[in-house]
Amino acid sequence: MSNELNYLLKRAARGLMSRREFVGRAGALGVSAAVASSMLATAARAEGPVKGGLLRAGMQGGESTNTLDPALAASEVPFAVNMLWGEMLVDVNAKGEIDYRIAEEISASADATEWKFKIRAGVEFHDGKTVTAEDVVATLKRHTDEKSQSGALGIVQGISEMKAEGDMVTLKLAAGNADLPFLMADYHLIIQPGGGVGAEAAGIGAGPYKVVSNEPGVRHAFEKHANYFDTTMGHADQVEIIVINDNTARTAALQAGQVHMINRVDPKIIDLLKGAPGISIEHVAGRGHYVFIMHVDKAPFDNNDLRMALKLAINRQEMVDKILGGYGSVGNDFPINGAYPLFDETIAQREYDPAAAAEYYKKSGHDGSPIVLRTAAGAFPGAVEAAELFQQSAAAAGIPLEIKREPDDGYWSDVWNVQPFCASYWGGRPVQDQMYSTAYLSTADWNDTKFKDPAFDATLIAARAELDPVKRKAMYSELANNLRDNGGLICPMFNDFVEAKREEVGGWEPDPNGELMNGRALARCWLNA
Amino acid sequence: MHPVVTLVAQRIALGLLLLLAVSVLIFLGTEALPGDTAQAILGQSATPEALANLRAELGLDQPALTRYFGWLGGILTGDLGVALTNGMEISSELGKRLGNTLFLAFWAAVISVPLAIILGLVAARYVGRWPDKLISGVTLSTISLPEFVVGYILLFFLGVKWQIFPPMAMAFPGMGLFERLYTVMLPVLVLVLVVLAHMMRMTRAAILNVMQSAYIETAELKGLSPMTVIARHALPNAIAPVVNVVMLNLAYLVVGVVVVEVVFAYNGVGQYLVDHVAKRDLPVVQAVGMVFAAVYIGLNILADVISILANPRLRHPK
Repeated sequence: MSNELNYLLKRAARGLMSRREFVGRAGALGVSAAVASSMLATAARAEGPVKGGLLRAGMQGGESTNTLDPALAASEVPFAVNMLWGEMLVDVNAKGEIDYRIAEEISASADATEWKFKIRAGVEFHDGKTVTAEDVVATLKRHTDEKSQSGALGIVQGISEMKAEGDMVTLKLAAGNADLPFLMADYHLIIQPGGGVGAEAAGIGAGPYKVVSNEPGVRHAFEKHANYFDTTMGHADQVEIIVINDNTARTAALQAGQVHMINRVDPKIIDLLKGAPGISIEHVAGRGHYVFIMHVDKAPFDNNDLRMALKLAINRQEMVDKILGGYGSVGNDFPINGAYPLFDETIAQREYDPAAAAEYYKKSGHDGSPIVLRTAAGAFPGAVEAAELFQQSAAAAGIPLEIKREPDDGYWSDVWNVQPFCASYWGGRPVQDQMYSTAYLSTADWNDTKFKDPAFDATLIAARAELDPVKRKAMYSELANNLRDNGGLICPMFNDFVEAKREEVGGWEPDPNGELMNGRALARCWLNA
Repeated sequence: MHPVVTLVAQRIALGLLLLLAVSVLIFLGTEALPGDTAQAILGQSATPEALANLRAELGLDQPALTRYFGWLGGILTGDLGVALTNGMEISSELGKRLGNTLFLAFWAAVISVPLAIILGLVAARYVGRWPDKLISGVTLSTISLPEFVVGYILLFFLGVKWQIFPPMAMAFPGMGLFERLYTVMLPVLVLVLVVLAHMMRMTRAAILNVMQSAYIETAELKGLSPMTVIARHALPNAIAPVVNVVMLNLAYLVVGVVVVEVVFAYNGVGQYLVDHVAKRDLPVVQAVGMVFAAVYIGLNILADVISILANPRLRHPK
């Protein structure tokens, strides 16, 4: 590389020269624009984060009804907002390992019933107070209280005793759980001063950004928390999340440069957007999945032959291709995929097999009346089309499905978990235990397939306290096989997170834990000049 | 008392009565929605114990009549309460959103009303000839397209392709007037295109109707130019029907633009209402419903009053 080009590249990477100017001057030295762009991108990475500026994300999944109370976060925008101002004890990183945040050290007793979290010294809340072990305990206590309506209630319920001593938090569990650190990474469990009691929605936390303006459903604006403890995050001076629920509007705002990144790119337009200048598509395989759920305790789904017939009558690859535009992977009728630790890859993939489906259908002795499948546009993106594909592939096996389209309004209260056969979705969980415990344990509130198997429950609970990974993996494999062959879950596909960003955004790394780098994109990325 | 004053007073009293009736309907309507607030707030993540806790906390266990009178009293004293879903003060939140909606509606009206009347006059002047056909053809095609289609077309060309106006029209506090106007230009244009035809056609029809009268013939025989005849003699007598249509369109600009808001991510009152309906946040839904009803009734009273005042027979009774 010529000296001059090298010099220009350094200047451009440091932001002393605009991108456009660099490409022009590189062109004068005989370098094509495409090559110059990619050189600049590489150089910018090598130069490290650029500080300053205003970084904006346009996001779907926010409503005027949102609140800053982390206990109540349930959609994408509140989640991402809370990840900016809040900080948990620990975080799960892109590799699926524990990252220490407010806790700097964790130790457990041999049976995994007693856990000690050492609190990092000198972490500061936005109101200037220092984070103490008492704040941590008060936070966990608030989520334990049913009045808080916390989404993490199920997680903290298992803690029988919590104690703060100096810089140490001790948690005692009713039953051993080797995954406790992963549970503490739940996005509801943001540490608040005094546990946030009386100021639940104040938005005061220890995260990289302070809340400047909170307009639910419109815009959330932040400025840098100057005393943030982690210098590898929080590069931009200001960040904003702008709620743009309409797909077209969100894409247009990105194209016009009004926002730097967007979540949930519609699979139908990915190919069109790829050709747009200055924009790149980012996708990563996540743990979320789109499902059809049958209640195993209600006719005709109480007959496992019929369930098996339906599981064999769905064309998974076709769904991934047509509903996800290829941005996803096929499911195997249990809620776990390769993105989870301790996943057993040897479990055979169930394929579309109309002949076998027809056989099981015959064996089930179903009277031939149409089986009603309920769906709604809001059940998951493309849920109505997916139901139609299912209807066709099942018809080829001689199984009549009748699609009943329900309104989005009231779907989660009147159809899901109420009607015996409907479309739904699940976001992933960081570890297998949490996914199974949330929806497949006999006593789980959200057991939406009504699957109740004492043997399954026993293995699941035994696996929690099992610290030997080999044995644990075998136990999870047993659970997966049991659900796959006996459960009420038809899981045709795992969806990728598909997002788009402008090329001036640096520092993007795929993270399978959640949308927009698990809500950390605005804090971890920076703006190249 | 002057009969016009009596008439106007009657109209206003009727309007208030109507508003009271609307308040009853709004309350009954929100009661009839399927599901309840607690279920809607917690959504897919509702556990039975969380549901019961929330219901008690929100006072949903009290009888409907008690809740109605409590609410009505609140409105009369200007206290709209807090949103059930996020605990934010409704009057301040709604005030901000309403301000944005009125800003958009105001500028759309400032452009569209004079434009529609002028185009209507021109069309009436050249009735049956090419200016008439061109004006009618263009405005009728923009009203025939659903507003989101018009929105997406403008968004694509003016927002993304040529980048003349910003595609995201969100209004932030602290924006100057011109910056704000520039930001909302795309939705304003869409609204102008959507409401233009109705007002233009009514102006044209009302004037053509008046043009059949004997006194117009007199004016023409006096040798006045056709435009003077229309503007000075026909228009004043065509005001009543035109004002009514203008007011209906103004009301639409305030209460009916949620689709346009969504297309341009504009933070107006429509999206605010829809979000809270979806979450069964009744205090907000009822408050917005009352504001919308008040706007509608208020504009219609204004239209009536203007029609009365524009009618010489009522202004100068024998």
